[in-house]
Amino acid sequence: MTPPHPIELVCPAGSLPALKTAIDNGADCVYLGFKDATNARNFTGLNFDDKSMAEGVRYAHDRGRKVLLALNTYPQTDNWPSWTRAIDRAADCGIDALILADPGLMAYARKTHPRLRLHLSVQGSATSYDAINFYYERFGISRAVLPRVLSLAQVEHVIANTPVEIEVFGFGGLCVMVEGRCALSAYATGESPNCNGACSPGKHVRWEQTPKGMETRLNGILIDRFADGERAGYPTLCKGRFDVNGETYYAIEEPTSLNTLELLPELARVGVRAIKIEGRQRSPAYVTQVTKVWRAAIDRLQADTAPFRVEAAWMAELNKVSEGQSHTLGAYYRPWK
Amino acid sequence: MKLALGPLLYYWPRQATLAFYADMADAPVDIVYLGETVCSRRHELRLSDWLEVADILAAAGKEVVLSSQVLVESESDLKTLRRIVTNGHFRVEANDMGAVRLLTGGDAPVADWIAGPTLNIFNPATLGMFAELGASRWVAPPEMSRQQIAELRGGLGQPMEVEVFAHGRLPLAFSARCFTARHYNLQKDTCEFRCLQFADGIPLKTREGEPFLTLNGIQTQSAHVHTLLGDLPAVQADGLDILRISPQGEHTAEVIDLFRQALAGQLQPAEALRNARPLLPEAPCNGFWHGRPGVEQLVTA
Repeated sequence: MTPPHPIELVCPAGSLPALKTAIDNGADCVYLGFKDATNARNFTGLNFDDKSMAEGVRYAHDRGRKVLLALNTYPQTDNWPSWTRAIDRAADCGIDALILADPGLMAYARKTHPRLRLHLSVQGSATSYDAINFYYERFGISRAVLPRVLSLAQVEHVIANTPVEIEVFGFGGLCVMVEGRCALSAYATGESPNCNGACSPGKHVRWEQTPKGMETRLNGILIDRFADGERAGYPTLCKGRFDVNGETYYAIEEPTSLNTLELLPELARVGVRAIKIEGRQRSPAYVTQVTKVWRAAIDRLQADTAPFRVEAAWMAELNKVSEGQSHTLGAYYRPWK
Repeated sequence: MKLALGPLLYYWPRQATLAFYADMADAPVDIVYLGETVCSRRHELRLSDWLEVADILAAAGKEVVLSSQVLVESESDLKTLRRIVTNGHFRVEANDMGAVRLLTGGDAPVADWIAGPTLNIFNPATLGMFAELGASRWVAPPEMSRQQIAELRGGLGQPMEVEVFAHGRLPLAFSARCFTARHYNLQKDTCEFRCLQFADGIPLKTREGEPFLTLNGIQTQSAHVHTLLGDLPAVQADGLDILRISPQGEHTAEVIDLFRQALAGQLQPAEALRNARPLLPEAPCNGFWHGRPGVEQLVTA
């Protein structure tokens, strides 16, 4: 069955080359951020200034694609003007929609740029239709990105009870915590996704070869220790091994990626309007590979010529770029919880 | 300055919970937040039980507030939320935008409610909007610093009560996953209610034995106990309205007494902090208040 609306493929662009390869390989939309704390991937060497953003928007629009700007961190009193200025700059650039989390910023955008389309960021932590409808009624949001916490039946129930388009994460780094409701990084390093746009930031990371193995630390806190021959992963603090009641294990989450490719027909059936690929911090090569596979899968689904089947080659390609080279269905699969 | 007892974040057996609140009726706290905010599977007390506790505490002269659940996933969660919002008697602390919608939308918006610490209100534009929608009190997110809170208050157009998280293990994160069930290789849906065994959650340490976090069902807390007992002169100088004390497995009443004594100037900050140490399940921290990583403990001069 062909869904009433085509599913949009929303791909990450941490740089102009990533943006171009996402567009070239079939992204319907790319999402990006400015080079500062106004977005949740505020990493050195990533993101756009006004000039590269204008070029990116031109590149996408020339090819009939859209550009979404993530302004999804929460400004404080002292830095509020940087965020509102970023909204104005984005509007001047001809961005197609803003991805916002902060209600105050939504009100500003609605008042200052009434025709600009607003998306509720996953950082808004809206997990129920009542929460989503709050933003719809107050600010007229067009779309909401769901946190990675709901089961498929719950996603379906949300969609049935809101006029707002629903976007879900399809692939990439997996936040095990509700986005926007996690201050673990702030606790360990003083910098959080909510306020600084960074989780477990690189400047606090230390890799150290010791007699006990390779140790990874975040602001001095031991996140994991790897034996010789083990692949030492980046110390994202929820993906370390810790000691609980004398047992050492991945107490919160394994280093793994979300991959919902096999759920694609179900996501379409329940009325999901867009699939988001995580990874603005990843390389253009990652963006190329993931975009290609998801474009092929969505096209296959929408061609409606044969029953949808996940190609083994697709999964192999995606596993190559997965964190920890493994993947999970996350909360869509109930036992994961 | 008022003292508030925050909502019970752990899952205690029914009798222990009722006994705790019976004690709290006599404790020198002005405000008590009640209700299950962490996990909808926790049913030792149902909403009707919480309302009975609320009546007892109100009769003892406490201001009672019903706190809503932070992570709302199912229609059944929403049903509970609607019952809380329409209770008709006690004010409600909204901990999610769904609660805000139910409090502010429709034909009969609730005139007076409390913006909880998980609403991510960080600036005057957002807080001012919620004030216009009927919020009369704001509980600051625990990760905000003294300076950030002061700046926000300075930028606010209208007066509003401000409450800060002043004592307890920091509620740092929420997940769809239950980490307590995971520890026992159980699924959340069949968790056997293992949380009942841990009055202060399950300690999580680094591989070199340093206390780091606390597993409390779907919530992750700090291992260290955030406390402003050593910072009260600054808190008082700022003119904040309410200090929130989060219930702990033991000694909550003694902690409340220490706050009262310190606020009355009967204890010096260093002395209050020193007296608190044997009452805490882990070492203290106050980094967030000082604009530092939350885990740090900064001694005030």
